[in-house]
Amino acid sequence: MNFDINKIPHINEIANNGSFSGARSKNTETFQQRCKDCNKIVPSLEEAIKKSGLRDGMTISFHHHFRNGDHIINNVLDKLAEMGFKNLTLAASSLSAVHAPLIEHIRSGLVTHIETSGLRGELAEQISRGLMDFPVVFRSHGGRASAIRSGELHIDVAFLGAPSCDPYGNANGYSRDDDGGISCGSLGYARTDAEFADKVIIITNNIVSYPNAPWAIPEHDVDYVVLVDDIGDPKGIMSGATRYTKDPKELLIAKTAANVVEAAGYLYDGFSMQMGSGGASLATARFIRQKMLDRGIRCRFALGGITGQITAMHEEGLIDRILDVQSFDLDAAKSLKNNHFHHQISATYYASHLVATAAEQLDFVILSALEIDTDFNVNVLTGSDGVIRGAIGGHPDTAESASLAVIVAPLVRGRIPTVVEHVGTVVTPGSVIDVLVTDRGIAVNPNRPDLKEKLEKFGLHVFDIHDLQKKAEELVGVPEPIRYKERIVGVAMYRDNTVIDVIRQIDE
Amino acid sequence: MELKTNSTAGTMESSDIMIMLEPRTEGGIELELTSSVMQQFGKQIRKVILDTLQEYDVQNAKVEAVDKGALDCTVRARTVAAIYRAAQRSDYRWEV
Amino acid sequence: MYIKDRLRRSMMFIPGNNPGMIRDANIYGADSIMFDLEDSVAYTEKDAARLLVYNALKTLNFGRKETVVRINDLSSGLGAADLEAVVRAGVQVVRLPKTDSAQDVIDCEREIERIEKEAGIPVGTTGMMAAIESANGVLNAASIAKASDRLIGIALGAEDYVTDLKTTRSDGIELLFARSMILNAARAAGIAALDTVYSDVNNEEGFIAEATIIKKLGFDGKSIINPRQIEPLHKVFMPSEKDLNKARAIMDAIAEANARGSGVASLKGKMIDKPVVIRAQRLLDLYEAGRRIDEVED
Repeated sequence: MNFDINKIPHINEIANNGSFSGARSKNTETFQQRCKDCNKIVPSLEEAIKKSGLRDGMTISFHHHFRNGDHIINNVLDKLAEMGFKNLTLAASSLSAVHAPLIEHIRSGLVTHIETSGLRGELAEQISRGLMDFPVVFRSHGGRASAIRSGELHIDVAFLGAPSCDPYGNANGYSRDDDGGISCGSLGYARTDAEFADKVIIITNNIVSYPNAPWAIPEHDVDYVVLVDDIGDPKGIMSGATRYTKDPKELLIAKTAANVVEAAGYLYDGFSMQMGSGGASLATARFIRQKMLDRGIRCRFALGGITGQITAMHEEGLIDRILDVQSFDLDAAKSLKNNHFHHQISATYYASHLVATAAEQLDFVILSALEIDTDFNVNVLTGSDGVIRGAIGGHPDTAESASLAVIVAPLVRGRIPTVVEHVGTVVTPGSVIDVLVTDRGIAVNPNRPDLKEKLEKFGLHVFDIHDLQKKAEELVGVPEPIRYKERIVGVAMYRDNTVIDVIRQIDE
Repeated sequence: MELKTNSTAGTMESSDIMIMLEPRTEGGIELELTSSVMQQFGKQIRKVILDTLQEYDVQNAKVEAVDKGALDCTVRARTVAAIYRAAQRSDYRWEV
Repeated sequence: MYIKDRLRRSMMFIPGNNPGMIRDANIYGADSIMFDLEDSVAYTEKDAARLLVYNALKTLNFGRKETVVRINDLSSGLGAADLEAVVRAGVQVVRLPKTDSAQDVIDCEREIERIEKEAGIPVGTTGMMAAIESANGVLNAASIAKASDRLIGIALGAEDYVTDLKTTRSDGIELLFARSMILNAARAAGIAALDTVYSDVNNEEGFIAEATIIKKLGFDGKSIINPRQIEPLHKVFMPSEKDLNKARAIMDAIAEANARGSGVASLKGKMIDKPVVIRAQRLLDLYEAGRRIDEVED
């Protein structure tokens, strides 16, 4: 060496690891051989769990991109039970009816805490009836991403199912080589888990050649890769295409919602939007599309859970960019695979309040509701009988972020009123909801007098929300109040990790 | 009204209620109700069925009702239809 | 109480034995809602449907919509019982199906009048309309239309009619005579002329074409079987901007003449006579109805 490191001026101020002492030895195998010899694949799930250092009392995480076709959670928990673990916190981005076997794992003490966006089916029924000592923590998608980022929700080991992964852990919800028969499109929610979890195990049924580009999860976020036969049921993961509703009532609501958006002034050349996947909110896209064609305008970007309706509009040139945190159907998954400007984003990028997000650039969002009260508070989590039967999703995130948040819902469902005096569970505060569109009238939040004026000028009749509530009551009668016990079985967190409401055990 | 035979009225469609009547000679009214909105409207549905039976002077019967979210006016219409069918009569009381 | 002369662009059939559809009948914006006790109800369910429609009419609030019930014809043995129920329940208009002659209307009116008297309802409260569904009926259209003061209109029922003619529904040429007859008969009697249903709900183009033809002929409106047909139908009846401006100019000229205290108004040197004013007013009414983009009511 022809220098003395200590004689370099200001060397103490230049971050360094001392003098160069020689390179690592080269691996001269072919790249293909290297992929076989040194990779992150471990022979079994059990092995991966052992290597991860998982201990009793830790937090494990899962994503819900496989929806009701998911086999990852049940299979991993069975394995953890077999290995004798206890007292784990299960932090899933959401849970579905398929996860009913969790009930046994809760009873046995394997899982003692749950964090999720929602619950459905038998598991939800049991939890509503007091299955767990510790209340379930419900978070929105943006709220969960924030809590993970801030460390308020610390993940020890993430178990992330992936329809394709290479030997180094580059994982994706589809594959441009061979998707192995299973595709879930975007892995947006899993990306945030992979980024912040201490250990990440990718569970796949499809090892593809390096590099699995494009990837959702990069190899540097992944510790172990496990190859299994079964990650899920393609039929439950997604339906072929989300069909437009033929229900005349949903179409009526959707048509009115599109008129509301236009009247409010948020339909202009270069606007941005998000649609829910419910019948009426999805159908709104169809009427928005017609207005765009009539007026010759384009949408700059569509955000959120993406369906074939949105990707079809992209393909016909009406939407410039798609930002996809979750693909709802096979058409959306196909589009993500094939269309250059259909872009996969993480939960953080979507709606975390801690960073600048796509949600904040939304002109309008069309959202559903199980119940909405006369203060415009929305419940998407508990049914009118008090039982948990839904998910928060991105509801509060997008409602708060978008310039115009429109709730679409029938005034009554069967005999159950949707517009009520007090919702069972407040998930999204009324202050961020702007307009309610029902099949029997529109109501505008009194904190948006500008909107009321615009809607009326456009020819839309605007009701006081109290009158809509009375209309519902006149039609179906007054339901008996739900009987609850004192015990709290669930806590609904707002996106900033403050407690917005609690869910109590139902009393039968 | 005297019930002569078993009868059924209504359907299992959403927003409807199916009423099945079985004549009894004693024991009063035995009403078995299942409803998709039991928690919220079970009492009200029972009341409408029982009031209607009383109005038509049906004193003994087994009533099985399967409700799918019917409004009161539907519950009433189906109950009356079942009563007349069971009584094998058609002298309806239409009122203004 | 029925209203003799009102907007009837769309009369929507609602199956009389379907509680869900009855409950939601008034939310879609049809001008009239027509509960059906006839063809959409199975014979074994006639009693249940009658009770259901009766209870719904008495209980539910259908707002400003016109309520109509299509009863079974009197010769079926069901029509009289239908009338007993719906007249007492306060339906605005009874639609009589299969009207072949003026006598059919007279027979039905006599029943209605008897029921009104028995029930203590002022005689003449219940309106009627007659559906003409046979070759005989079409030939008798003129006398049918004048058979009762209660008639608000006559309607064509094409399905039975084309069978009677030994033809089938096609591009509309098969209905040309019947439509012309019914329209003329209605106008001669000063009542509404209403067209038959278009049953292929998935063919919006065909529906619009048919609606356009009947509007040109002069019909007031059309029976429909699906809420999806309401918006395109009302669009067909929406006056054009050009006609609208003309109508406004006429009404302005009339107002100006009235302000002058003159009984004679003129526009661009031409005297405005009464039929022109009536037509202009009718057009403005249609426009007002058509521009209400949501039909919800207080």
